[in-house]
Amino acid sequence: MSDSGSYYVPHSSKWPIIATIAVCTALVGGSSLLNGNPSGKYVLFVGLALIVYMMVGWFSTVIAESEEGLYDAQVDTSFRMGMIWFIFSEVMFFAAFFGALFYVRTYSLPWLGGEGSGLATNTFLWPNYEAVWPLDANGPGRIGGEFQVMGAWGLPALNTAILLTSGVTLTWAHHALKDMKRYQLIIGLGLTVALGVIFMYFQALEYGHAFNDLNLNMGSGIYGSTFFMLTGFHGFHVTIGTIMLIVILARCIYGHFNPKNHFAFEAVAWYWHFVDVVWLGLFVFVYWI
Amino acid sequence: MSTVVKDTHHDEHPSGIMRWLTTTNHKDIGSLYLWFSLIMFFIGGLMALVIRSELFQPGLQFVDPQFFNSMTTMHALVMIFGVVMPAFTGLANWMIPIMIGGPDMALPRMNNYSFWIMPFAFSMLLSTLFMDGGAPAGGWTLYPPLSLQTGDAFPFLIFAIHFMGLSSIMGAINIVATILNMRAPGMTLMKMPLFVWTWLITAFLLIAVMPVLAGGVTMLLTDKFFGTSFFNAAGGGDPVMFQHIFWFFGHPEVYILILPSFGVVSAIIPTFARKPLFGYSSMVYATASIAFLSFIVWAHHMFTVGMPLAGEVFFMLATMLIAVPTGVKVFNWVTTMWRGAMTFETPMLFAIGFIVMFTIGGFSGLMLAITPADFQYHDTYFVVAHFHYVLVPGSVFAIMAAVYFWLPKWTGNMYPETLGKVHFWLSTFFVNLTFFPMHFVGLAGMPRRIPDYSLQFADYNMIASIGAFGFGFAQLIFVYLIFKTIRGGEKATDEVWEGAEGLEWTLSSPPPYHSFNTPPVIK
Repeated sequence: MSDSGSYYVPHSSKWPIIATIAVCTALVGGSSLLNGNPSGKYVLFVGLALIVYMMVGWFSTVIAESEEGLYDAQVDTSFRMGMIWFIFSEVMFFAAFFGALFYVRTYSLPWLGGEGSGLATNTFLWPNYEAVWPLDANGPGRIGGEFQVMGAWGLPALNTAILLTSGVTLTWAHHALKDMKRYQLIIGLGLTVALGVIFMYFQALEYGHAFNDLNLNMGSGIYGSTFFMLTGFHGFHVTIGTIMLIVILARCIYGHFNPKNHFAFEAVAWYWHFVDVVWLGLFVFVYWI
Repeated sequence: MSTVVKDTHHDEHPSGIMRWLTTTNHKDIGSLYLWFSLIMFFIGGLMALVIRSELFQPGLQFVDPQFFNSMTTMHALVMIFGVVMPAFTGLANWMIPIMIGGPDMALPRMNNYSFWIMPFAFSMLLSTLFMDGGAPAGGWTLYPPLSLQTGDAFPFLIFAIHFMGLSSIMGAINIVATILNMRAPGMTLMKMPLFVWTWLITAFLLIAVMPVLAGGVTMLLTDKFFGTSFFNAAGGGDPVMFQHIFWFFGHPEVYILILPSFGVVSAIIPTFARKPLFGYSSMVYATASIAFLSFIVWAHHMFTVGMPLAGEVFFMLATMLIAVPTGVKVFNWVTTMWRGAMTFETPMLFAIGFIVMFTIGGFSGLMLAITPADFQYHDTYFVVAHFHYVLVPGSVFAIMAAVYFWLPKWTGNMYPETLGKVHFWLSTFFVNLTFFPMHFVGLAGMPRRIPDYSLQFADYNMIASIGAFGFGFAQLIFVYLIFKTIRGGEKATDEVWEGAEGLEWTLSSPPPYHSFNTPPVIK
């Protein structure tokens, strides 16, 4: 609740309108590109460049204000709430894709396999198909050419260990920050960033393996669709998270934050743990069972 | 921005267009939202009039069927995402910080971003009218495989939805943070005006379901351009799955469109009945119950799609359950008026009109909830009549009631009362003339989203079209009245309305640029 009327409200800001123009440019460029207009990619590139410029500018402004001490405890709470609800919205975004995966495995495929009453889809579409997961070539698995599924116990299991470890190193860094142990803080954060990068490298290796050796791609029926959309969006989030961690690492090296005041660190840590939890869901439901 | 000063009392903000482009003030942004909504109201209204012109007589006369379908699709998208939602967000921006005694919205820069996305996203959407293959014509529900046949408009449509979804989520996060974090000392949750409560719950719904819509339309996009099989049975997916995802968003969405109206009406009825709201806490709990139930009723939009029997029964019963908390609300409003010293200024007229006509829409909703009966009603004009009753004399009337109620506060001038009453009675007459006959043609089997119809529906369609034009022209009074009130008129007092209670009436009319730099004392 409001205490003394010192809540910081900036007079005006050019960044939101730049953000709007940047995102709109990228979306128009992307749309044109999808419609087969080759000049769309230049528009898209300009939009993305503007987005990067906006992100750097907007965040620099906020960081400078924070370092000037303009934010009181109430502003801090607003930021925390913003981040929590943003992560909740991300959870719901992933829920849509997990929901699609569960729906397909629980309903669609059994129906295509002839289960349920009064359904003729099986007879007309895939007469010899018996519902199995992952898809096989007797049915919908055939649509994008035969493929093999991704196993759980190679790189994916290693990646699970890597992400879980990164959660530990991040927590270590957090404790170091609270105890004013600067050296441990930077080592802990640096390790977290390194683990994030290694994770992404392994994901890239895995995608290469899928495309080249398994003939597994987004067109490989619903297995390929859910596999690549879920792991792809997750990988995108890990990338964002890693960039955020790098910024926080740089700020720690500059000497920002103190044991009482380090919301940005915590926000990024929450985000990283969220990405971690999503991965556990992926490992269990996409790779394993 | 390195020279920011903490003192917000004597700040200078940019002038001209730059003031509006860069503003972080909740009142400026609230006004922008409301103006945007008003403009879109007329764009969406013109689309409705194209539809009603075509349906004035049986046969094809003005537009080709493809364009007709574009009009129904775009009319819905514009009215839902471009009119009702931004209007409520505008009201939230203007009123919530004042009502809770806060200095501004919690995240002022993000507030600006949320607004300015809207005109850009809608420019993208409206630009599809001029593209190869025309504007989206598969219905606002975007069901595949039909929606995947959209031409060049398709990616623009999907990205416009992503973009406006981003705006909604950020706006909602801002409202939640504002309500939870910016209240004046002593403003406990259960002392908040109901408009604030209903918006808190609405914002939660927005954050929960807009990302689901984003996920669903992303799957449409990848199905069309990247070879995925989410909604393609040949690849193991299921077109019906889209309907589940869409309506998991879509049903909470209809409560997003109505819950803030409940808040508005709960502010207006006690004022003009000069009695406190009956059953305040039951109103809060009823709103929360409606929000909870909204997550477990979505498949009532798709009873005819071929669901297992258990699903049909569950969704029927869960849907009917919503009538209970909604009934609590309606009875509370009626009981508030009971033996009140009532006067009937324009906001009160719109609020009472809301209660009566929203309840009609609620009852037809109950009829539609009955699964076996829905097999007859599904995709007929009965459905069109139902949701227009809850959206036009429901949400839109509540927005107008709110504008009349708070316009004197915003501008410092009273609106011309007689003209407001004329606006109300013309709107009420024509809205019923437009939508009531749709119940009859719907029950008789006239399908929606078809540019032609069988001869026996001709009379009622002609009546509906006359009503639609009447309603459309009646809204010009509203615009005239708003401009007139802004430019001058009888000076409004601070309290404006005799029976008004709440922090907004303790400020001057119009309120200062920064409302509560020192938090008010809450009794």
